[in-house]
Amino acid sequence: MLLVVEQFLNGLQFGLLLFLLAAGLTLVFGIMDLVNLAHGSLYMMGAYFAATFAAWTGSFLLGALLALGATLILGIVLEMSALRHLYGRDHLDHVLATFGLILFFNEAVRLIWGPAGLALPLPAWLTVPVPILPGIHYPAYRLAIIVVALLVALLLYLGVMRTRIGMLIRAGASNRDMIGALGINIKLLYTLVFGLGAALAGLAGLMQAPILTVQIGMGENILILAFVIIVIGGIGSIRGAFLAAIFVGMIDTLGRAFLPNLLRQVLSGAAASTAAPALSSMLIYLLMAVVLVVRPEGLFPANRR
Amino acid sequence: MKSLTVSKAVTALMLAGLVLLPLYSQLSGNIFILTLFTRIIILALAAASLNLIMGFGGMMSFGHAAYLGIGGYAVGMLAQEGVGSGFIQFPVALAASAIYGLVIGALSLRTRGVYFIMITLAFAQMAYYVASGLARYGGDDGLTVYKRSDFSGLIDLSNRTQFYYLCLACLLGVIFLIWRIVNSRFGLVVQGLRSNEQRMQAIGFPAKRYKLVCFVISGTMCGLAGALLANNTDFVSPAVMYWTRSGDLMVMVILGGMGTLFGPVVGAVVYLLLEEFLSQLTEYWALIMGPLLLLIVLFGRGGIMGLLGRIGRG
Repeated sequence: MLLVVEQFLNGLQFGLLLFLLAAGLTLVFGIMDLVNLAHGSLYMMGAYFAATFAAWTGSFLLGALLALGATLILGIVLEMSALRHLYGRDHLDHVLATFGLILFFNEAVRLIWGPAGLALPLPAWLTVPVPILPGIHYPAYRLAIIVVALLVALLLYLGVMRTRIGMLIRAGASNRDMIGALGINIKLLYTLVFGLGAALAGLAGLMQAPILTVQIGMGENILILAFVIIVIGGIGSIRGAFLAAIFVGMIDTLGRAFLPNLLRQVLSGAAASTAAPALSSMLIYLLMAVVLVVRPEGLFPANRR
Repeated sequence: MKSLTVSKAVTALMLAGLVLLPLYSQLSGNIFILTLFTRIIILALAAASLNLIMGFGGMMSFGHAAYLGIGGYAVGMLAQEGVGSGFIQFPVALAASAIYGLVIGALSLRTRGVYFIMITLAFAQMAYYVASGLARYGGDDGLTVYKRSDFSGLIDLSNRTQFYYLCLACLLGVIFLIWRIVNSRFGLVVQGLRSNEQRMQAIGFPAKRYKLVCFVISGTMCGLAGALLANNTDFVSPAVMYWTRSGDLMVMVILGGMGTLFGPVVGAVVYLLLEEFLSQLTEYWALIMGPLLLLIVLFGRGGIMGLLGRIGRG
């Protein structure tokens, strides 16, 4: 029981973290039609910035805030210097160009911070276990991630669905030329959307940093997960990304936790312990394959024509 | 001599250079260059196979490295089990790649565009994790191939020069095959599907079947590259299938010129030589390589072959 609740919460926390990453990716993809493989690099930069700023200021929160601002600025600079020239080009051009950016960012990090990873220690008040149910405690920091991510998801939803900027963003997604003709500065709008996406990736990175080591290439595995999520959820759909992220986070976490035991009841011990890690890593890709075979447009396709 | 364009001249020069390379290596005593170019030729073969579906068929496979792994593991696993004959290993490698291509293609071709890119990627990642789980065959650490494929004295794969020429012959054979496919009725249908699938279907061509056959041929060719690669490095590991390797192959194709016969070869030679050159120049070579790729996308439409074509006309 204890283990189930704990793994359930872990799955939820991982899923919400993935949502932050996938939301930025799907915004940029759905609105600007830009395939950004370097999104994972922004996640990595968020983590590196946080570790550095936290060490400088001596405060975790201050470091996190500064890192958030830094990834936002980095995203804006990246869009204005390079990516804005890619709009309207072939998706393949995007893949190649942003693949180049991944190489660049990984190497830049190696140059600046060295090949060894960094650690981002948590302040004492975030390490205490919090009682959530009678007899069940859960780490405060993981709870904090859940709360922050849920809050961001809510703000994002309200921002896109209920505000004037959100309306412009949605309008820009369906017809770029029309909204430009109405006198809206679409260039600025795109820059802001990309900056927002970058900041969301940075937030995911800096929140994950204390749980994992901050290291080069940390964005690449998780980027693929984020792509899986937006493909399952339907490209350009924030709601789809949210549901798919939670789903993928749960399946991944629960699969890793319980699949070995399940397999052991069917297979011999040795076979089960070799098959389990590979099978649980594959689970979400299997899920994506099944979803795409059944619904090639994803589960919740954004209503675009 | 009017038909001799700049791109044709460069291609001919490059091929002459590749054929004569072992001679140069022997005369200058530079063994390294032969090893380097064996690798380049093998990856050029993989890039050429990707170009068949990407450049001519309009199918952007982002999981082509999976075939490198499947071809490689076929050789490695058979060698481990005591089957050293290349006459068994290579056909098995090709057949395994073809079967994988058939299954993956049948499922992936239900989707299109970015979804197709992502689903091919997902299947390759699955193959990656399957290989990582093969504890008997090294798991994450990979599998050492202690003895290269044995072709009963016909070709000696441990002889550098003979192995080099085998790889070069395979590359040229594959390119010849692609040339024949592209100019055949079948190839014209596939290219027609790339430009207007609906129209081709309306004429009465079963679109999916044509694309699937093309997808399988491409995968089988890449499986050959995988079998050669395992022999070249005497080693195969899941890393061969990782998604960044598929990205490398894509870069080679686009860099050289998508949809041209020799573009992927030019792309592989330039990309891998650049990597080699920059890494000797500085430890942080990717710092230059990354922005370079970006610049190529921004300013070099049609890759190197496109650029040479423009020089030829200008």
